[in-house]
Amino acid sequence: MSGILVIAETADGVIAPISYEILGAARKLSSEGGGTVAAFVAGGEALAKDLIAHGADSAFAATNSALPDGAAEVYVPAVEAAIQQSGADIVLMGQTSLGRDLGPALAFRQKTAVAMDCVDLTIAGGRLRVTRSAYGGNARAEHTWKGSLQIATVKAKSYDPTEADSGRSGAVATIDAAGAARIKVLGTEKATTEGVKLEDAPVVVSGGRGLGDPGAFKMLEELAGLLKGAVGASRAACDLGWYPPAQQVGLTGKTVSPGLYIAVAISGASQHMAGMSGSKNIVAINKDGDANMVKVSKFAVVDDYKKVLPALIEEIKKLG
Amino acid sequence: MNIIVCVKQIPDPETPSASFRVDEAAKRVVPAQGIAPVVNPYDPQATEAALRLKDAAGEGKVTVISLGPDSARDAIKHALAMGADEGVLLNDPSFEGIDNFQTAVALAKAIQKVGPFDLILMGRAAADWDMGVVPTGVGEILGVPVVTVAKAIDRTGSGIKVERVLDDGFQTVEVGLPAIVSISNEFGEPRYPQLRQIMLAAKKTVQVWSAADIGLGGDETGAANRWLPLEALYVPKVESNVEIIEGETPEEKARTLAQKLRAAKLV
Repeated sequence: MSGILVIAETADGVIAPISYEILGAARKLSSEGGGTVAAFVAGGEALAKDLIAHGADSAFAATNSALPDGAAEVYVPAVEAAIQQSGADIVLMGQTSLGRDLGPALAFRQKTAVAMDCVDLTIAGGRLRVTRSAYGGNARAEHTWKGSLQIATVKAKSYDPTEADSGRSGAVATIDAAGAARIKVLGTEKATTEGVKLEDAPVVVSGGRGLGDPGAFKMLEELAGLLKGAVGASRAACDLGWYPPAQQVGLTGKTVSPGLYIAVAISGASQHMAGMSGSKNIVAINKDGDANMVKVSKFAVVDDYKKVLPALIEEIKKLG
Repeated sequence: MNIIVCVKQIPDPETPSASFRVDEAAKRVVPAQGIAPVVNPYDPQATEAALRLKDAAGEGKVTVISLGPDSARDAIKHALAMGADEGVLLNDPSFEGIDNFQTAVALAKAIQKVGPFDLILMGRAAADWDMGVVPTGVGEILGVPVVTVAKAIDRTGSGIKVERVLDDGFQTVEVGLPAIVSISNEFGEPRYPQLRQIMLAAKKTVQVWSAADIGLGGDETGAANRWLPLEALYVPKVESNVEIIEGETPEEKARTLAQKLRAAKLV
């Protein structure tokens, strides 16, 4: 038997946006012969029905109260029950705080592999084949599985989210299993950022080491403010202490995919590209016309940002 | 307090894109000329965490393990120069091309051979493959709880309290010992080895264990036995459609850019 199991997550009591993207990936695999799509969520039947409306053929509501705030170890037996009941041979989840832990925990428990942070998934010869980024985005790797159970986490924004269709119907089953909690969660706090949240910003203005001066971020903030966007920074700039690490875009920072990404004095090392290459439109402002960032951008100004940025800010103010 | 730190040697992640090459037939990275491999950037932070905990406990031993080629001895030496006590290099021709899952099995067996431990520390991921599955894997194999992406660790009465970095905030958890913790870049700057310590480190022993030494079966190692077979490895092609904004002055370029962005409804 074959099929796909999507591990959905919630945020503030509703299904998290990334889970609809995973359902999008699952529906695509299903259309390629991957089998039916079951979905799993820690929570009640209403959430399970929401997943069915968003493309699942059936859903599991894991109702054990230990799950929602528990560590991955608490989830594993519940997900194992869903795998067994659905007969799924593919398990997909988001590359999130939970997925990062649950993917490998489930894989080693089932003595199979998990491919992390996949950007492309396809069915080839009845089996899952995935593409992921390696070596800081310098390379792409394609993988298959030796074991029969194939587990993958999917990078955010890799697939379009599914739309709700209230006419869809499917079976909902409940699961009560939960693992022993050796890890006790004492508390969780949300990071507070002023202004627009980086990951959600429609426009991101980022600066790198090429700025040569931490004070230059003031200009980036002014431009971002005008465009109702957020400010990001490369790892190099954060490592130098020029901007808070929470605003780092890249492999070891945030992943963003805004409508407009303005990269100021960022050369485009793979470390940074890994976090922003999904941007819809990239503008590079760089002295070096050969910089990688210039090559991948839609528009590029090859000049000194110190002269370009103030003029750009004035021009955008004029446009209103 | 007995602490084991696992470290990995990787190609320098700051290697310029232009110097990065892949042998597509062999499905492996061609080492960039003149750019030496480095310790995975998260690993010195794991060593730092181990040293701070040992210092706070006032007793104990920090053992560093690395699986890799002969050159990986440098990654161990770096940790020894920071202040770790002993090193073990897992080195075997059959380790060439193995995946993260096989690595976790090998590390778990080596850890069992090292002996009883209170804590195992690792970097949150290795920046080459960036999978981040080995800490959890070793924990599953050894039956030990795993706390990932830590920015701070403190001893409590019988265990540790760990502050973790989440996608959108922070979480504090408590766990008994033994445990495994993976350390994130938010942990803070690792100490820099001083000359005297580098000289002391030269005298510290690094044992070398083969696959047979840790009881690894022939079907457990070797690239042919990967859990996650590598079907292809390549450098993605970048198609450039860039429009370079023309102009006599930076101000003129800025004006043209603003107009083009408005025309494209991007601002």
